[in-house]
Amino acid sequence: MYYFGDPAVWLPFVFAALMGLSILIYVILDGFDLGVGLLFPFADDEEKDRMIASIGPFWDANETWLVLAVGLLLVAFPSAHGAILTALYLPVAIMLIGLILRGVAFEFRAKAPAPQKELWNNLFFAGSLMTALAQGFMLGMYVMGLDWTWAHAGFGLLTAVFLAVGYSFIGATWVIHKTDEFLQRKAVDWAKGGIWGLVLGIGAISLATPFVSDRIFDKWFSFPAALYLAPLPLMSGGLVVWLWVMLQKMPYAQDRMSWKPFVAATALWVMAFGGMAYSFYPYVVPEKLTIYEAASAPESLFIILIGTCFVLPTIMGYTVLSYYIFKGKARELRYD
Amino acid sequence: MDTLILSRMQFAANISFHILFPTITIALGWALLFFRVRFNMTGQEKWMEAYRFWVKVFALSFAMGVVSGITMSFQFGTNWPGFMETVGNIAGPLLAYEIMTAFFLEAVFLGIMLFGASRVPAWLHTTATFLVAFGTMMSAFWIIVLNSWMHTPQGFEMIDGVAHATDWSEIIFNPSMPYRFGHMVLASFLTCSFLIAGVSAFRWLIGGKTQGVRVALKTAIYAAALLIPVQILVGDMHGLNTKEYQPAKVAAMEGHWETGGNVPLLLFAIPDDEARTNHYEIGIPNLASFILTHEWDGEIKGLNDFVSEEGEILHPRVAPVFWSFRVMVGTGMAMLVISWAASAMMLRRKRGVEGLPKPMLYALVGMSFSGWLATLAGWYTTEIGRQPWLVQGVMTTKQAVADVPAPMVLSTFIAYMVVYLLLLSAYIYVIFYLARKMSRGEDIGTPVAPTPRQQPNAMPAE
Repeated sequence: MYYFGDPAVWLPFVFAALMGLSILIYVILDGFDLGVGLLFPFADDEEKDRMIASIGPFWDANETWLVLAVGLLLVAFPSAHGAILTALYLPVAIMLIGLILRGVAFEFRAKAPAPQKELWNNLFFAGSLMTALAQGFMLGMYVMGLDWTWAHAGFGLLTAVFLAVGYSFIGATWVIHKTDEFLQRKAVDWAKGGIWGLVLGIGAISLATPFVSDRIFDKWFSFPAALYLAPLPLMSGGLVVWLWVMLQKMPYAQDRMSWKPFVAATALWVMAFGGMAYSFYPYVVPEKLTIYEAASAPESLFIILIGTCFVLPTIMGYTVLSYYIFKGKARELRYD
Repeated sequence: MDTLILSRMQFAANISFHILFPTITIALGWALLFFRVRFNMTGQEKWMEAYRFWVKVFALSFAMGVVSGITMSFQFGTNWPGFMETVGNIAGPLLAYEIMTAFFLEAVFLGIMLFGASRVPAWLHTTATFLVAFGTMMSAFWIIVLNSWMHTPQGFEMIDGVAHATDWSEIIFNPSMPYRFGHMVLASFLTCSFLIAGVSAFRWLIGGKTQGVRVALKTAIYAAALLIPVQILVGDMHGLNTKEYQPAKVAAMEGHWETGGNVPLLLFAIPDDEARTNHYEIGIPNLASFILTHEWDGEIKGLNDFVSEEGEILHPRVAPVFWSFRVMVGTGMAMLVISWAASAMMLRRKRGVEGLPKPMLYALVGMSFSGWLATLAGWYTTEIGRQPWLVQGVMTTKQAVADVPAPMVLSTFIAYMVVYLLLLSAYIYVIFYLARKMSRGEDIGTPVAPTPRQQPNAMPAE
C-alpha cells in the first residue's frame, strides 16, 4: 500500500524540508531587498531611486516566500504554528507593521507629491529596519528555545542587530551587481562595512546553539560526526576570507564578476541555514515538539504535496523568467 | 475588555482593512486587461491612457492588499491557534493552494505587468496582465472556499476533536460557496466600476476632459448599470441559501424574534438584545415572508428558537447584523439608482459623457468608495451573523482564541489601527492627487526611478 514507507514518517520530513527551503529562499531574496531598505540612509535621493529600481520588479514575489513558509508551518505543523507565534507575539506584530510600512512606502514614495517623498523614504527605511530587527530577534529567541528570560531576550537583541547588518550586507552585494559607477563603488564600501554583521551573527548562533542543549552539542561534537561536519565551518570561513579579498579589489574592469559577492553571500547564508537545520532536526519547536508530533493528518499533507509537485517547479520557472527579463543593470522603472 | 473581544476586534480591523484592496484589484485586473486588449484591437491611444492611469492605482492597491494579507496569515497563529489545531486539516490545504496557485502568479507577473512593457513583446505583456487578473481571481476563489466551508461545513469527520477531510469535492463545493463567490466577485466589479466612475467624474469636473477619461467613465457606468441587477439577484439567492443553512443569521438580519408567518420587512427598528425585542419598528407587512419563502404568509424561524434550554444564546448579537445588512442593501439601491440614471442620461440622444449634468458628476464622485461600504457591510452581516460559531456547528470563536494577555492584544490592536487609518487616508489622498495631477496635464508617467545619469565624478572603472 505505502510506496515509500509510512506516510506519517516521510510526509512530515518532506514538509519540513519544503518549509526550510521556503525560509531559506525568503531570507536570501527578501534579505537583499530588506537590505536595500536598510542602506537607504546612506544614499542620496537619486541613488535611492536606483536602489528601488533594482528591487522593484521582485520585492513582491520575494515576500511571498515568507507567506509560503509561514503557510507551510500553518498547514503542515498547525500546533507548532500556534506555539511559536503565540510565544513570539510582540516581535511578530512589530515585523508585520514593518512589512506593511515598507511595502506601501515603496508605492507611495513614487506616487505621493514630491514634498512627501522624504517621509515615505524614511518610512521605507523604518519598515525595513523593524522587519529585520524583529526577524533577528525571533531567530535568537528560537535558538534559545522560545523561553522569555532576560538572558534570552538579550541574546535576541544581539542577533537582531547582527541579522539587520547581515541583511544590509547581502543588500549591498545586490546593489553591487545591479548598479554601476559611483553607486556601485559606494555599495562595495557598504558591503565591506556590513560583512562583520554576517560573521558575528553566524558566529554567535553557531557558538550559542550547541550550549543551549546537550542534544545539539552531541550532534556536533561527537566522533565521527564532528569529522564530517568540519568542512561546513571551514568552508564558511574560507568564503568570508575570499569575499573580503574580493571586495578590496572591486569593482573590476568591465564590471567583471559583479555578481560574485552576491553569490558568495548566498552560499554563506545557505551553509549557516544548513547548520541550523541540522542542529534542530527533528524539532520544530526547539526541544519541545518534533515535526512528527506536530504534523497534520497524512491525507491532508498528501493532497497538498500533489499540488506542490506541480506548482513549485512552475513557480521556480516563472520566478527565473522574471529575473531574466529584468536582468542586467537596474534601469529606470517605468509603467510602460 | 477581555482577550476574546480584543482579539476579535483586532482580526476584524485587519480583515476589514485587507478586504478593501482585493475588492478593488480582483476587478481592476480585468478592467486593465479590457483596456489593454481594446488598445491591441483598435490601436486608439485613449485605451492606453486609461490603462496607464489605472495601472498605478492597481499597483498601489495591490501593495496594500499584499502587506495586509501577510498580517492575517500570521494572526491565525498569534491570536487564533485553536482554529488551525481543530480544522487545520481542511483549512491548511485550501490556504496552501491559494498561496501556490494564486499568490506567486500574481506577485511575479505583477513585476512584468508594471515594469516590463518595454522589455517584453506586447503579447507577453498582455499575457502578464491576464495572469495577474487570473491570479487575483484564483486567490479570491480559494479563500472564499475556505470561508464558505466555515459557514456551511461538510465533507469531513471529527476524530478526537480534530476535523479530518473525507471528501474534497464536498469541501470545495460546499453549499454556500457558489453564491458567496458570485456575490463577492460581483461586489468587486461594482466597487471597481464606481471607483473608476467616481475618479473619472472628478477628473472631468476639474477640467481633465480627455478621451481616456471619457472611455473610462463610460465603461465604468455601463458596467455598473449592467451588473447591479445581477448582483441583487445573486444576493437574493445567497440569502435564500443562508436561510436554509444558517437560519439564525437570517433571523438576525430581519430582526425577527418569534417564529411565525406574515413576517414584515423591517425598514427601521432598534433591536434590543437584552430585552429580546425591537423598538420603534417600521416595516412593510408580509414582505420578508414573501422575499424569503415566496409566499405572503410563509413561516420564518425566529431568534428565540436559537436559545438553548440552559439559556445559552446560540445566535449572533442582533443589532450589528440587522444594521450592516440594511447598510449593504441601502448602498446597493443607491448604486442601482445612480448607475441607471447616469446610463439613461448618456444614452439620451446619444450624448455620452456630455449628457451628464454637474449634479450627477458630483453624485458619482460621492459614490467613489460606495463599493467599499457595501462590501464591508455585507461581510459584517455574514461574519457577525455566524457568531457564536467560528465554524458553524463545529467550533465556537471562543474555543479558538489564544491565551495572550489582554493588554498585549490591546497594544497591538491600537498600533495596527493607527497604521491602518494613516495608510487609508494616504491611499485615498494619493488617488485623488494623481487624478488632479493628470488633469493638469502633467505627465504621471514619471518613472518610479529616473534614468541613471552619468556621475560627473565617476572614475572610469578599471
